[in-house]
Amino acid sequence: MEESLESVRSAIAAASEDDAARIVATLIRLTGEWALAEDCVQDAFAKALVDWPRRGIPANPAAWLTTVAKNRAIDQLRHAAAENNALRRLAQGAETREAEENNFGGTGFPDDRLRLIFTCCHPALALDARVALTLRTVAGLTTAEIARAFLVSEATMAKRLVRARAKIRNAGIPYRVPPPELLPERKGGVLAVLYLLFNEGYSASGGEQLIRQPLVRESIRLARMVAELMDSTPLAAEARSLLALMLLHHARSAARTDDAGDLVTLEDQDRSLWDQAEISDGVAEVHGAEQCRAVSGTRAGSYQLQASIAACHLLAPTVESTDFARITRLYDALALVAPSPVVELNRAIAVAMSQGPEAGLELVDRLDAEGTLDGYYLLPAARADLLRRLGRSTEAARHYRRALELAPSDVERRYLGRRLAEADTTTSNRPWKLS
Amino acid sequence: MEYMLFICTDPEAPEYVEAEDNIEEWVTDVDARGIRRHGNRLRPVEDATTVKVRAGELLVSDGPFAETKEWIAGYDILDCDDLDEAIAVASKHPMAKFGKIEIRPMWPFEV
Repeated sequence: MEESLESVRSAIAAASEDDAARIVATLIRLTGEWALAEDCVQDAFAKALVDWPRRGIPANPAAWLTTVAKNRAIDQLRHAAAENNALRRLAQGAETREAEENNFGGTGFPDDRLRLIFTCCHPALALDARVALTLRTVAGLTTAEIARAFLVSEATMAKRLVRARAKIRNAGIPYRVPPPELLPERKGGVLAVLYLLFNEGYSASGGEQLIRQPLVRESIRLARMVAELMDSTPLAAEARSLLALMLLHHARSAARTDDAGDLVTLEDQDRSLWDQAEISDGVAEVHGAEQCRAVSGTRAGSYQLQASIAACHLLAPTVESTDFARITRLYDALALVAPSPVVELNRAIAVAMSQGPEAGLELVDRLDAEGTLDGYYLLPAARADLLRRLGRSTEAARHYRRALELAPSDVERRYLGRRLAEADTTTSNRPWKLS
Repeated sequence: MEYMLFICTDPEAPEYVEAEDNIEEWVTDVDARGIRRHGNRLRPVEDATTVKVRAGELLVSDGPFAETKEWIAGYDILDCDDLDEAIAVASKHPMAKFGKIEIRPMWPFEV
């Protein structure tokens, strides 16, 4: 029974997408050895590429790969030191957990990938370690790919991973889904790592953008995986909302930069370039999240509120038809759930859009007086724009200059420079940008 | 797993409130659960002595090994299932609120 190389390759690609992380996670549980688990799974895939063309694709590819990886792990461990906890654990694991493995992919048993993700994102690990470990073990990117995406050398990234695994082992970080009393805060950590990954990829620009695309793709894939894994738990609403937020941001990708590679703000974007399929997908996840939230009886979390705000923008065919009153109410709720000066600023801008620039300016002035946004370029930029809309061009120009001084990179500086030029020469009724 | 807790001062921590210092409660609890092997307060760094041997010469000086604004005020040796348990135990110590606590895993010697 022979299989074409073509069909073998696609079977392996499918297993790689669906099962690799799960098999790595299971092997870590059985052996407690992270690097070993990764290597053995890689070896199993290599073996499949040789074996399946000759003997045919197995009925349950995932089970085949798991068995081969496990056997390889046992072999490797036997060659290591005599006193071997890992080998003992493997033997124990094989006996007591056979039922779980036979029920591969069935419901009712905790998915090892959840254990893996929570452990990768443990707060005792440095943030860059959490990010690297998640990409390596959960997303399955190679060390070289991760290094490229974060613009460091492969040796640096390899060292970071070695350090992270050593910390897990030496400090006794448990390999598990945290108990109920720890879940709320730990889930926040997982979602934060995924959102960081997304933003690293998404906000890259110019040459970097191509290098960082894998981060966007992987973070969306991971967010989808996490949302599935957290389904019918109290964490479902926020996990789905994070996925929604990523999809809704990503849907605007084609419209975000102009031919010169400069940033185009939301209200200036050509909405015909927005990916409608991705918007539908994202909006569906927002609705799904709301259903989960209603079932759990909790109030909407910060990702759900942010996703709802994004949905408002993306469902509007034009800036003028955007429901800014609803957006303002969502920011009101967000200010209660996740208060921050940046949220207050965004809320002020939404108020300006729904109630007029004077109302917004009042809030911006109040925020400025509090001093919590000193040094943040969007504060003077927001004030500048509201002043410009009120026809107070000279004052507007002054605040654009201030914003220019504070702007973090060339992209923002070019954008603000254009606005400054407009304020200096013309008045315009275009509404303020929303980021 | 065995861990050492370094109980440290922290000049940035909130003001010490004696009424909220429930150290006896913490000690009673961890002793009762068999988690704490040993622990003690340490005299402040004014009472410390540092020893060095350089080129065969013994150098003894007054004071801590490093001049810092934060210093070790006490220690505890814990026996916990894993880091999460150690974190939970350390978080209940009053000095987690008024100072900070470092959790260091033991690194047993094979002699």
